[in-house]
Amino acid sequence: MKKEDKILSIILIAGLFVFIAVADKFFNLYVQRVLNLCAIYTILALSMNLINGFTGLFSLGHAGFMAIGAYMVGIFTVPVEIRPMVYFMKPMHPAIADIEMPFIVALILGGLLSAFIAFLIGAPVLRLRDDYLAIATLGFSEIIRIVITNAQSITNGSLGIKNIPPVANIWWIYITMIISIAFIVLLINSSYGRAFKAIREDEIAAEAMGINLFKHKMMSFMIGAFFAGIGGGLYAALLGTVDPKNFLFVLTYNFLLIIVLGGMGSVSGTIISAYVVTAGQEWLRFLDEPLSIGGIAIPLFRPGFRMVIFSLLLMIIVLFYRDGLMGTREINWEMIKNFGKRFKLRRVKSGEVQ
Amino acid sequence: MTTNSNPLLETQEVTIKFGGLTAVNNLSIEVNKGEIVALIGPNGAGKTTAFNIITGVYAPTKGKVIYDGKDITGLKPDQITRMGVARTFQNIRLFKKLSVWENIMIACHLRLQSNFAGAALRFPKYRAEEKRMREKVHRLIEEFGLSRYQDDQASSLPYGVQRRLEIARALATEPKLLLLDEPAAGMNPKETEELTHFIREIKDKYDLTVLLIEHHMDLVMEISQRIYVLDFGETIAKGTAEEVQNDPKVIEAYLGVEEGA
Repeated sequence: MKKEDKILSIILIAGLFVFIAVADKFFNLYVQRVLNLCAIYTILALSMNLINGFTGLFSLGHAGFMAIGAYMVGIFTVPVEIRPMVYFMKPMHPAIADIEMPFIVALILGGLLSAFIAFLIGAPVLRLRDDYLAIATLGFSEIIRIVITNAQSITNGSLGIKNIPPVANIWWIYITMIISIAFIVLLINSSYGRAFKAIREDEIAAEAMGINLFKHKMMSFMIGAFFAGIGGGLYAALLGTVDPKNFLFVLTYNFLLIIVLGGMGSVSGTIISAYVVTAGQEWLRFLDEPLSIGGIAIPLFRPGFRMVIFSLLLMIIVLFYRDGLMGTREINWEMIKNFGKRFKLRRVKSGEVQ
Repeated sequence: MTTNSNPLLETQEVTIKFGGLTAVNNLSIEVNKGEIVALIGPNGAGKTTAFNIITGVYAPTKGKVIYDGKDITGLKPDQITRMGVARTFQNIRLFKKLSVWENIMIACHLRLQSNFAGAALRFPKYRAEEKRMREKVHRLIEEFGLSRYQDDQASSLPYGVQRRLEIARALATEPKLLLLDEPAAGMNPKETEELTHFIREIKDKYDLTVLLIEHHMDLVMEISQRIYVLDFGETIAKGTAEEVQNDPKVIEAYLGVEEGA
């Protein structure tokens, strides 16, 4: 049974690779861009779900961690020759002006730096709970952004960094996504993942079972921040530019929307919802444009209306489907097989199949 | 010869004050290895508070807790559990949304040697550890008659089974000293009797020392070698079941003073 599932998973991943190859060759750039964004948002939302959904820490600092990864890639992958052109207001600090790294190195360092910053922030902040933790992490996320805005000789300040080599193609992004999902799924299904869930369920009982609360919260927080940094790095190398305004706390709400919609504590829910939300935001762009039917302008359609619809969606979900799409359940092969069987059974009953 | 034997657990004049309220005052108890000792007293006497001090939930205002010859005063609950003190809770604290199996697996986590990367990447060392954990949990599940509930959500279990699961979970931490906070609460006489046998059984099997809080006097009197009686944070009596039963102070605490006496 287990072997069969393994084979099915390998087939699924192989299928995904075929899909990427097809997408890489035949899809137009716009569709590719949306698919890439979906994958990056999956990494970001999943890492946030590790902290919020699986460990029960209400953290809202994800945009900050993402910014660290994005800037790491931004600062160190821009070729040295064109740096004076990018940093035209204030030259780059001499200590780093000549350091150029390959994308993969900058990407991983970005993740590590992000995890390290999470460690520094977590030391005081993870002693808080619930909404206090949310406020504190939100504050730190803004501090990161403001530091970035003001460290002009390193980050080029509010002008942002342009001309980042856009190396993050669909292969880079999807392979990183698969590795991230695999790592997080394996972690969640390990003893550490069970400890995280125990903390989410009942801190006092978890502590009485010998789980060091602080250590495990920190671990989850840092691993989440690491993958947020990775997601940010991919984001920078996809767009080719980073700007402090990309990382306003509104971005964190976007991830929050994804995980609430998909189900706090569900990996498959997060993946589905990352795609639905990200692609949905693109497809709903028509809401932002003036619309007239039969010569009559519909007054609501104007820039920003898209976000109104999204907010309503979030409200409806919170009111009527508190557990989101999946709750804490997961889609697994068992479920798909059972579904197939039930479907077959129904058809047998209705006489379609003998 | 109780004086020269080395008690497994000893509290030395432990006092805790919450603001103006002295919840436990000068509590000095001794639990020797292999004993079953009961802590009884009317509601609000400070029994659970005493448990919380022993397990590190509260740090005492004054006094010391000695376990296995080491001073554990002020250590955190997880450190104390790792040293071999496990507990159950008065108002059951299971991981409600997780399965029975997961609940017990979580209690094995504290003995895990692998780090998170080894665990996530399924290094051979972790695989071996996970296998051992699964075997241990499987054994416990069988022994506690939880097999048919194995994959059920903990909150969906019948009350008595939840109590049993809590004890199974505590045992999975591999304790030497087991603290049971009202294990028979809400049980009928038959269930209580079963529990009495059950506690004896696991005590022998796992070589445990047991300290328990209980209101069911038949259980307490039958099972415990020694009893401490608390009232308003003070230790009003101690001794064997018989001694305690006939102590006028105990009768007074439970039944009140005779008028005009």
